Amino acid sequence: MVSIDVQNASVDFPIFDAKNRSLKKSVLGRAGGHITDAKVPVVEALRDIDLSLRQGDRVGLVGHNGAGKSTLLRLLAGIYEPTRGRTRIEGRVAPVFDLAVGMDPEISGLENILIRGLFLGMTRKEMERRVDEIADFTELGDYLSMPLRTYSTGMRVRLALGVVTSIDPEILILDEGIGAVDAAFLEKARDRLRDLVRRSGMLVFASHSDEFLVELCDTAIWMDTGVIREQGPLREVVSHYKGRDLFESLSPETLRRLDLGHETPPEKAPATAEPSDETVGSA
Amino acid sequence: MAVPALARRGADDPSGPDDAAGAPDLHAPSPRSWRRAFGDIRQAIAQRELWGHLGWQDVKQRYRRSTIGPLWITISMAVTAAALGGLYSQLFGQPIGTFMPYVTVGFMIWYFISACVLEGTETFIANEGLIRFLPAPLMIYVFRTVWRQVLFFAHNLVVYVIVLAIFFPELTRPYQMVHPNGVVHPGLSWSALLAIPAFLLIVVNGLWVTLLFGIIATRFRDIPPVVSSFMQLFFTMTPIIWTTDLLRGGAPGSTKALVEWLAKLNPFYHFIEIFRAPLVGQVQSWTHWAVCGAITVIGWTLALVALRNYRSRVAYWV
Repeated sequence: MVSIDVQNASVDFPIFDAKNRSLKKSVLGRAGGHITDAKVPVVEALRDIDLSLRQGDRVGLVGHNGAGKSTLLRLLAGIYEPTRGRTRIEGRVAPVFDLAVGMDPEISGLENILIRGLFLGMTRKEMERRVDEIADFTELGDYLSMPLRTYSTGMRVRLALGVVTSIDPEILILDEGIGAVDAAFLEKARDRLRDLVRRSGMLVFASHSDEFLVELCDTAIWMDTGVIREQGPLREVVSHYKGRDLFESLSPETLRRLDLGHETPPEKAPATAEPSDETVGSA
Repeated sequence: MAVPALARRGADDPSGPDDAAGAPDLHAPSPRSWRRAFGDIRQAIAQRELWGHLGWQDVKQRYRRSTIGPLWITISMAVTAAALGGLYSQLFGQPIGTFMPYVTVGFMIWYFISACVLEGTETFIANEGLIRFLPAPLMIYVFRTVWRQVLFFAHNLVVYVIVLAIFFPELTRPYQMVHPNGVVHPGLSWSALLAIPAFLLIVVNGLWVTLLFGIIATRFRDIPPVVSSFMQLFFTMTPIIWTTDLLRGGAPGSTKALVEWLAKLNPFYHFIEIFRAPLVGQVQSWTHWAVCGAITVIGWTLALVALRNYRSRVAYWV
């Protein structure tokens, strides 16, 4: 059973190299968490997070820069363990963060695929079986044997998505930044992500793109200065956050596709089915 | 959970402790627990394909665009051993046939030990990108660092084989490093195989050193430069290019006796000795094994405490 439980969790970053911070004491702005006044300054990136995600949840994460979206994603991925409070993560997590990091620019795309797969808990054999499929999906062809530093950003995104979507993760965690691929590939990636989300357990996705949010998520969390400001059905939360209706900005084409998409509603365990599911469908 | 959590409103709602009380996560283990610490080690061992591959990658990476690649490791060790052995055998007036293998083996294992210490302090700092972006047990990076050193060591072993082939006749009969009244060494025998458990023990120590120093250095960034200057000092203080036979026989109370006593306080001496003595057919002593064993136990205890208490902090510190 795939689940993530977060209970009263806070994430505080000690900042060891900012000794002279006392000069600018009252830093408490919209961008970033609260910074305390201790001997070692501490950035309170997340405060009192309570969250419970279950099989089938597809959560979009919205908020200003520095609101704690990425930190929350890392908390949910198990990279950070909370400074206070608890988290409990059940299921195999596959995170895709800033795509340039965690990949070695000097080695080939193929080797990066292998290493990424091993990190995500696959064996070498399993990865070797999937390489062709990933090569197919990413359309990188001969480029896969070139060092990663020769790749464009979009090609890296393709690679990262190719790996993650090929390994059937139970919990998929995506940070913004997958917008760097071209439209045609986006189409393909979107289908594959949707398919993946339907097959596997859970998606948490931080994005500024309305289209992506609508395509992939049905509920949302609005992060603001390190706390959860609002949590609920996607349309409601994002509309509050943006101050206008989420669906206004969508192209007619997207809306059409969404209607199609909802003929096959995401499979959910009945016990965790929420009333919020219906909100998007009614659009 | 009966109440769908996502329907709940966030922070402005005094998010019910009643709700949380029913949640299964109450049983989530604390980040600081032995279970999590040993779980980290166990999971890292299970993912040996990963760090095995990363370690190989590191070796290949260093020589990626050179024609003869990792062979350079062997060549540079051969050149160093030949230069040091040749020079110091003349300076100390010692027969090159026994001194050259002595320096080669000593330098080889010193290179391994010092790399474990030096790169150990950098192990988490160097893997910052991975630690901050992929959830993985910490021990993965420790194993990666030490495994890389083992691979380098394997390349250097070739030099020993060559030196052994050249000086085999000199090494297989009893010899003295210091004439005329030095210790008589028995020469090579099957006890050379003791070098295998000795190396394994050194690797086990390399692991705790990497883990412990890695955690400390990640938090206190002054540690790597301090450690690196101390390692320079220890290279001179440890009998690698000189032998303890030179210190023997000082009158009680003399400076020579004092220096010999001080040399035994150096932990590196004992580790080098358990590995080198069997491979060059020198007198072996169980005291070295006892000291090394004690250091292993103490070191691992400290490292495990550090792992238990600071495992979850490393991601914050890198």
